[in-house]
Amino acid sequence: MEILIPILTAAVRSGTPILYATLGEIVTEKGGILNLGLEGIMLLGAYAGFAVSYSTGNAWLGIAAAFFVGTLLGLVHAFICVTLKGNQVVSGLAMTMFGTGASSLLGRNFVGFTIPGLNKIPVPLLSDIPVIGPVLFNHDALIYCSYALVFFLCWFFNSTRQGLYLRATGDNPRAADAMGISVAKTRYFYTMVGAGIVAVGGAYMSVAYTKMWAEHMTAGRGWIAVALVIFAIWNPARAAFGAYLFGGVEAFQLRLQAAGTTIPAPILMMLPYLMTIGVLLFISIKKGKGIVFGAPASLGLPFFREERD
Amino acid sequence: MKLSIKVEPRLETPRMLGIAIPVISLAAALLSGAVFLFFMGVSPFQAYSTIIRSSLGDAYGLSETVVKAIPLAMAAIAVMLSFTMLIWNIGAEGQIFMGAIAAAAAVRYLFVDNHLAMFAIMFAAAGIAGGIWAAIAGYFRARWSVNEIITTLMLNYVAMNLLNYFVYGPWRDPASLGFPMTAPFPDAARLPSFWGTRIHAGLFLAILFPLIFWVILRFTRWGYEIRVMGENPKAAGFAGMSYIKNVVFVMFLSGAIAGIAGMCELSGLQGRLQHGFSGGYGYTAIIVAWLARLHPIAIILVSFLMGVLLVGGETLQIVMRLPLSSMLVLQGLILFFVLGGEFFRKFRIRILSGGATPPIATTSAKEEK
Amino acid sequence: MDARAPSKPLVRMEKITKRFTGVTANLDVDFDVRPGEVHALLGENGAGKSTLMNILYGLYRPDSGVLTIEGKDVSFSSPRDAIASGIGMVHQHFMLIPSQTVWENMILGLEGLSSVLPKRAIRERILELSSRYGLSVDPDAKIWQLSIGEQQRVAILQMLYRRAKILVLDEPTAVLTPQEAEHLFVTVRQMTSEGHGIVFISHKMDEVMGLSHRVTILRKGRLVGTVDTASTTKEKLAEMMIGQKMIFSIEKKELQPGKPVIECASVCALGDRGIPAVSRATFMIREQEILGVAGVAGNGQQELCETLVGLRKVESGAIRVNNEELTNSIPKTFIDKGIHYIPADRKGTGLVPNMNVSENSILKRYWSRAVSKKGFIDWKEVFSFARGLVSRYNVSTPSMETPVRNLSGGNLQKLMLGRELSDSPIAILAVHPTWGLDVAATKFVREQLLAAREAGCAVLLVSEDLDELLAMSDRLAVMCKGEIMGILDSPAETPVEAIGLMMAGTPAEEALASAPRGGGKS
Repeated sequence: MEILIPILTAAVRSGTPILYATLGEIVTEKGGILNLGLEGIMLLGAYAGFAVSYSTGNAWLGIAAAFFVGTLLGLVHAFICVTLKGNQVVSGLAMTMFGTGASSLLGRNFVGFTIPGLNKIPVPLLSDIPVIGPVLFNHDALIYCSYALVFFLCWFFNSTRQGLYLRATGDNPRAADAMGISVAKTRYFYTMVGAGIVAVGGAYMSVAYTKMWAEHMTAGRGWIAVALVIFAIWNPARAAFGAYLFGGVEAFQLRLQAAGTTIPAPILMMLPYLMTIGVLLFISIKKGKGIVFGAPASLGLPFFREERD
Repeated sequence: MKLSIKVEPRLETPRMLGIAIPVISLAAALLSGAVFLFFMGVSPFQAYSTIIRSSLGDAYGLSETVVKAIPLAMAAIAVMLSFTMLIWNIGAEGQIFMGAIAAAAAVRYLFVDNHLAMFAIMFAAAGIAGGIWAAIAGYFRARWSVNEIITTLMLNYVAMNLLNYFVYGPWRDPASLGFPMTAPFPDAARLPSFWGTRIHAGLFLAILFPLIFWVILRFTRWGYEIRVMGENPKAAGFAGMSYIKNVVFVMFLSGAIAGIAGMCELSGLQGRLQHGFSGGYGYTAIIVAWLARLHPIAIILVSFLMGVLLVGGETLQIVMRLPLSSMLVLQGLILFFVLGGEFFRKFRIRILSGGATPPIATTSAKEEK
Repeated sequence: MDARAPSKPLVRMEKITKRFTGVTANLDVDFDVRPGEVHALLGENGAGKSTLMNILYGLYRPDSGVLTIEGKDVSFSSPRDAIASGIGMVHQHFMLIPSQTVWENMILGLEGLSSVLPKRAIRERILELSSRYGLSVDPDAKIWQLSIGEQQRVAILQMLYRRAKILVLDEPTAVLTPQEAEHLFVTVRQMTSEGHGIVFISHKMDEVMGLSHRVTILRKGRLVGTVDTASTTKEKLAEMMIGQKMIFSIEKKELQPGKPVIECASVCALGDRGIPAVSRATFMIREQEILGVAGVAGNGQQELCETLVGLRKVESGAIRVNNEELTNSIPKTFIDKGIHYIPADRKGTGLVPNMNVSENSILKRYWSRAVSKKGFIDWKEVFSFARGLVSRYNVSTPSMETPVRNLSGGNLQKLMLGRELSDSPIAILAVHPTWGLDVAATKFVREQLLAAREAGCAVLLVSEDLDELLAMSDRLAVMCKGEIMGILDSPAETPVEAIGLMMAGTPAEEALASAPRGGGKS
C-alpha cells in the first residue's frame, strides 16, 4: 500500500489533463460533432495558460484565457463542420496541425521559463482519510474542479432539459430540428464549450503539472483522449476511470525509469500508446457488431435540412 | 424588400470551379497565414519572399524542393489509397518509420555488396514492415470496427519510440560521439543521386506510383471495387465485394508504400537512421492527398507545392529563427480553407427577394413533361 | 359526412410555391384547414404533399406565398415557430430519438420548461393524454423497444403534448395493420370532436373517403382542386389525382408453378441490434410464381431477404437453391447462382449515389467477361451496356455520366430493376419495389416483375401495399415479429380481415376461423 499511494496520487495528477480533454470531447460529441483537433487545442490551451499566467502572475487568469482560446478554436471547427458542412475528420486534423504549429510559433519566446502555477490545497478533513485522502484530496484546485465537472456532466446529460436536447441533437438531428431545437445553435454552443474544456486540460499541463512551456508538450494526450471517449462510451464517470488508468500507466512508467530499470526508456514510453490500442480493441470486441448505446447516432455527419430524400 | 439567402445543393459542379476553388482556397490560406505572421511580429512579405526565393529561386533550391516532394508524393499516394476506401490511415508517419527501421535492419543484418540486390532487399523489407504496421490497424478495423484513426495514430507514437530505441540503444554508432544515429550505410545500400544534387532515385518511384495507381483506380476491376467500397460499403456488400478482405489489403498496400517512402528517404538522402528521422511527411501527405482531391496525378503537382513550403520553412528557421513547426500553421490553414472551399463546390448560394415569385423561370419546361 | 357551416379556417395557405434544385415541388398551391375537420391531402408520390406540409410545419421556407394562422399573417423560420402557432406534424419517418425514453421524447424542444426536468409531472401529463385519446404507451420505455404502431402513438402524443390545434398526419396508415389503422381513426375522430383540425395525407382512396370531410388533390406540385368528400366518389378522386382515366389493372397470366428454386427450412437470423429478427422461416419459391410477403414494415421481411442473398448470417436452419445447400454462402455465390435482390433502400444499398449511371449499371456484373478482361474494365463496353439498359427500361437521365444521386426515385428504381433483371436471374427478391413511385413507374415495375415470372423466374415480393400483394401474388406469406404466420394458397379469396389479424400476430388457422369467409375485398 505504501508504494501504491504515491503512484495513485501521481495517476490522478497526470490523468487530469487527459480527463479534461476527454470530458470536453464528450460534450462536443454528444451534440454529434466529432472534433479530432484535441491535440492542437490542448497545445494552444497550454500555451495561452502559460503565457497569461506568466505575464499576469495569476494562474487562474491563465486558465480562463485557455478556456477562451479553446472556445475560439471550437468556433472555427463548428463553422467548418456546421455552417460549411465540411468533413469533420479533416477539419480536426487541420486543427491539430494549426494548433501544434501556432503554439510553437507563439511560445518560442517562453521556452525555459517557469511559473509558480497552481499550488496544492489539501482539503481539510477529507485529506486525512487514509489512502483516499492523499490520493484524491491533496491536490490543486483545478483537480477538484475536474471532480466537480464529472459529477456535473453526469447530472447535466441525464436530468436537465438542455442535456436532453443536446443528446437529441447528436442522436437524430432531423428529429431534433422537427421538434423545434436549433441544431446549428446547439452544435455551435457545445462544440465551443467542449473545446474550451479541452483547452483547460492543456492549460493544466503547463500551469499546474509541469509549470513550464515546451513545444509539443502534450505528446499525444489529445489523441489518447479521443480514444478514451470511446472507452468511456460517452459517460463522464467512466471517462474519469479511464483517464486515471492512463495517468497511472504514465506515473508507473516514469517511476520505473527513475528507479533505474534495465528496460530502455523508449520501450516504456510506448506503454500509454499501446495501452490505448489495447483498450480500444477490448471495448470494440466486447461490443461486438451491435450498436453501442451512448454513441451519438449521428456523430460526424453534417446536417442539412433542405435535402430531399 | 426582404432578402433571404438560400443554400441549395448543386447537381453538377462546373468544371471551372473545380480548378478555381482550390486555387482561391490556397490563396486565402496564404493570405490569412500572412495576417497571422504579421501579428506574430514577423514580416509576412519577408517570410513569403524567403520561402519562394529559397525553394524556387535557384537550381539548388529547386532541387531541394524536389527532394522534399519525393517522400511526400509517395506518402500521399499511400494515404490517398486508404482515403479512397474511406479508411482514415493517419499513420503514414509511423509506417514511414517502420519502413526505414526495416531497411536499416536489412542493411545491418542482410547486407549484400551489390546495389541492385541491396535495393531489392531494402525495398521488400520496408514494404513488408510498413504494410504490416498499417494492416494491423486495418485488421482491427475490419474485424471489430476499431476506430482506425486512433490506432494508426497511436502506432505512429509506438513506431517513433521503436526507432528511438534502436538509435539510442543497440544500433547506435559508437563513433557518433553520443548522437542517436546508426553508422553511415555502405555505398551499396545507397540510392544513386543525380546531377550533383541531393535528388535521388526515389524520384522515379514518386512518379511511377501515382501513374500506377491512377491506372489501377481508373481502369481495373479492383480499382472499381475500391471506389465502390469507399462510396458505399453497403452497396459493395450487396454487389458481392468482400469489404473485410479489402480493408486489410488496402491498408497493407497503403502502409507498404509509406514504408517504401521511408526507405527511399533513408537510403537516398540521409544514409543512416537517426532520431527525428521524418519531418512529419506522413502528416503533410494527408494535406497533399486532400488538396489533390485524391487524384493520383494531381498528387505529384501538389507534392511539389508542399515541397516549396517545406524548403521555405527550413530556410525561415535559419534566416528568421522561426520554429520548424511554424510551417504547420500554414499547412493547417490550407487544409481549413480547402475544406471551406468544398462547400462552394457542393452548394450554390442564391439571394432571393422575399414576397414575390423569384425571377427564375427555368423550371417550366420540366413541369410540362 | 356532416355538412358543417364553413367556419373560419384555423390555417390558410395561399399561392405557395417551393422549388428545389431542378424541381418545382409546389406551384401556387392554396390550402386551408377548419376546426373540427379532417382535410385529406391526396396525390401521387412526388405530387408535393409532404413539401406543402413541411412548409406549414416550418421545415421548409416557401419561395413565395402567404401563410395565415387564424387570420394573422405569419412566417415560420423553423418548426419552433410553427409549434408555437399550434401546428403539429407526425412525419412518415417519425421524428423520435431511438435511444431516449418516451417521456424524454415528449418534451424535446419544448419551451418554458424548467432546466431541471420535472419527471413526475411529465409522466402524469402523458398518462392523462394517452387515456383521453386512447393512445396507450409506457412513458419509461425506450423508443427503440417499441413497435412501429406504438412509436406512431408517441409521435401523435408528442404533438398533443404541445397542444397542437392543427395536426398533420403524413401517410399514417402506411405502417399499420388494418386493425391498428381503425384504432387510429378512432383517435382522429376524438380529436376533431374537440375542435382540432386534422390534415390527413394519403393515397389510399378508401381511407380518404371514410375519414375526411374535404379533400384537396395535388398533381405534379399544382393544385387540382378541393372538394367536399360527401359530394364526390372514389373514381372522381382517382381521376383528379392521376389526371386521366386510368383503370389500374394487372394482366396476370395463369401459369403452372415449376420446381422449387429457393427453399428455406427453419431459418433464424438476428437483426442489426442482435435481437432475433427472423425465426423459423420455412417456405419455398417455385419457378413461374410470385410469393408475396405481407406484414407491417420492420417485422423481419428485409432481414429474411438478406439471409437469402448472403448479406445476413443464418443462425440456424438451411437455405437451398436448386437443391444445392447455400446456407451462409458469401453474397457473390448467390449472385453467381442467379439470385437477385432489389433492396428497399435504393440509394443506401442498391446503388452508389455519387457514381454515375454507367458505373452503377455494372455493380453486379463488373467481373463478367462482357465488360472486363484480365482485371481491366472495358469502359466502352460498359457505356454501351448502360445505354442499352437506360433505353430498355425507360430510365430518364441526362447522360451516362450523371451521378445517380441526381435521378428521381422512379428512375433509380428502373435502373436498379433493369440491372438486376438483365442478368437473367432465376430468382428475384424485391422489397417494396414500388414504394414512393408514381402511377406510371409503379405500373412499369409491376409489369416487369410479372414478365420475369412469365420468363420462369421465381419472385419474392415484399410489400406494405396489401392491394398490390393481392393482385400480384400467387401465394401470400404473412409475417409478424419475424415469424411467418401462415402462407395463403389463394390470397385473393382470403378475407382482408384475416390477413390483418395475421399481420398482428394471430396464427393462420385462428385468423381464418374468426374472420368471415367470403371473397376478398375489391
